[in-house]
Amino acid sequence: MAIAIEFNNISKLYRLGLVSTGTLAHDLKRWWTINVRRQEDPYLKIGETNDRSIKGESEYVWALKDISFKVEQGDVVGIIGKNGAGKSTLLKLLSKVTAPTTGEIRAHGRIGSLLEVGTGFHPEMTGRENIYLNGAILGMTKPEITRKLDEIVDFSGCERYIDTPVKRYSSGMMVRLGFAVAAHLDPEILVVDEVLAVGDAEFQKKAIGKMQDVSQGEGRTVLFVSHNMTAVRNLCKTGLLLTNGTIEYSGEINRVINRYLDHQAERSQLPIAEIKGRKGNGSLHFTDIKFFNQGIERTVFSVGEECEIRIAFDSTDEMARCKSSRIDVGINSAIGDRVAWLSTYMFMDRVDGSCGEIRFKIPQLMLNQGVYNVNLYSEVDKEIADWVENVAQIEVNFQDFFGTGRKLPEDLSVTGGSFLSFTLI
Amino acid sequence: MNEEKWTTVIKPKDKLLEVNLNELWKYKDLISLFIKRNIITQYKQTVLGPVWFVVQPAMTVIMYMIVFGGIAGIPTDGVPRPLFYLAGTCMWQYFAECLTKTSNTFVDNASIFGKVYFPRLAIPISNVVSNLVRFGIQLGLFLVVYAIYAFIGDSGAHFNWYALLFPVLVLMMAGLALGFGIIISSMTTKYRDLQVLFSFIVHLWMYATPIVYPLSQTKSMFWNGIQVHTLMCLNPVTPVIETFKYGFLGAGEFVGWRWLIYSFVFMLLLLAIGVVVFNKVQKSFMDTV
Repeated sequence: MAIAIEFNNISKLYRLGLVSTGTLAHDLKRWWTINVRRQEDPYLKIGETNDRSIKGESEYVWALKDISFKVEQGDVVGIIGKNGAGKSTLLKLLSKVTAPTTGEIRAHGRIGSLLEVGTGFHPEMTGRENIYLNGAILGMTKPEITRKLDEIVDFSGCERYIDTPVKRYSSGMMVRLGFAVAAHLDPEILVVDEVLAVGDAEFQKKAIGKMQDVSQGEGRTVLFVSHNMTAVRNLCKTGLLLTNGTIEYSGEINRVINRYLDHQAERSQLPIAEIKGRKGNGSLHFTDIKFFNQGIERTVFSVGEECEIRIAFDSTDEMARCKSSRIDVGINSAIGDRVAWLSTYMFMDRVDGSCGEIRFKIPQLMLNQGVYNVNLYSEVDKEIADWVENVAQIEVNFQDFFGTGRKLPEDLSVTGGSFLSFTLI
Repeated sequence: MNEEKWTTVIKPKDKLLEVNLNELWKYKDLISLFIKRNIITQYKQTVLGPVWFVVQPAMTVIMYMIVFGGIAGIPTDGVPRPLFYLAGTCMWQYFAECLTKTSNTFVDNASIFGKVYFPRLAIPISNVVSNLVRFGIQLGLFLVVYAIYAFIGDSGAHFNWYALLFPVLVLMMAGLALGFGIIISSMTTKYRDLQVLFSFIVHLWMYATPIVYPLSQTKSMFWNGIQVHTLMCLNPVTPVIETFKYGFLGAGEFVGWRWLIYSFVFMLLLLAIGVVVFNKVQKSFMDTV
């Protein structure tokens, strides 16, 4: 098959921090070394790998380093990785928003990017006027838009408001209109960044359907960045796992996703104190999380069993003085979909910091068989205090819950809005 | 694979003079839509709407009549003061407006530029064109006042053949504003200080241009042995405005083809440099803005 896109040794250097008084000095130094002394750029050498959780010594950082890969025509490539791994930077380079520091990207055909829908919408103009403007910004010509206008309006489901200024639109309608325009762009190469995270369920379904049509029916090449592993798995054939700005693994999508999930699993084996990349101001600090059944510690449960989660934490004076605080537990399926959420917020406005431990009791763990990742989140006076992703993993085993010996199909019953009843003890 | 087969090649830096005017042409629909947007949105939700375009120069002219005509007593080449000031103000306002808008291109549009690629020059070009609407309305005011004076019959102002140069003069104003504007916008992406400095410079620049006084006044003045008139004409905006005033009002005398051609060449060079600099900056400005 023909190659649609080729990345050759792509790297991108970013300067961290603020551009301020130091900038002029840096610029002069750089200019002096390169143009007068004919040496290499002094700042290129000191770039470090991009690990967001470690504080680097250099002000410069490689957001991407030596990325080389090829995409075949008609492929749908999922790009996955942690936050800050360089996924969005990669798409930005491809959509020409910013230029690479080194290397070259070569591609066949028009590249359409959906880094954000509704770019350039003007609130004072009507829906119709904005369709034209937005379409033209994305690279369509006027006759092209006129030809597709009915289709676009129809797809967006905003017929009634099409001659109303978009400032009167709900945010959801704005997104639908934006996506409708973008979806009808018909480029040979489509670059998509998490647009599916917006809009209601009906629209998401429509959006995914459209993307499937584009890739399967019309043989277009799609690059898709998402944290939603279900969407990635459904849409993509091949994948690319980015870690700290380099390609860690590429190949068939299921392998790539598994590799990514292995990372998360590895992470959740670590004691909580060793987990890097925590966010928050530290006015509350999680120290431990344990799971119990009838007073016995476990990490493996059966469907419908009782489960008690004990979370230990250190608190500071700040927390003792606060007006509001809360602790949340998020339970995600192995592919990253949120399946349940437990929170002290359901019971009280403020967590007593002095107790040092909080316990949630789930009388019946109604999760289908599978592996689940647990996130911990806390807020003190509406500010994030401590946020640890994939802090632990629990496994749920098959249990003949219905008494019929039949299993709920895993792929049908993991996702979707499950609801766990829980109490605080 | 063969190099020619690739339709898109993204590299760290283009060659200095590699300016993709073809690409800009492909986006001509976008430019026309931006122009439409600028015009539509300019007076939405205002009660007076386009009337504001007339109120502003009218007030300015009245102020000039009091300060420069009345108090300072600067002559106006035998042309009625309102006409003289209005002619200068209309032209200058167009230039200044285009310049200010264009010089903010990157800063004002950072959010769009950060998300999608299109030739960035589309924005300044559409600004310069959409400002023509405002200029046209102000010119209308000028012509109305002109007609009134002609009707009364004591104007002392008269058209001559040089008025036919008008389209060229507007083109030159637009070209100069675009050229200066994109150079400044390229510099302000990194150093915002320039934005502050610049708004100040535009203000002073007006006084270095014969708007509130006639150029003929400077003929007899010398500075270090150089005629001030010559120094004034080095300002590329001066010949344009003087020709306009001479053609429409018969005020003063024609600056001479020499200076007009100088301005024209200046504009072309400025545009060329501007486009090259702009092109260089647009590739990576997102990282600095």
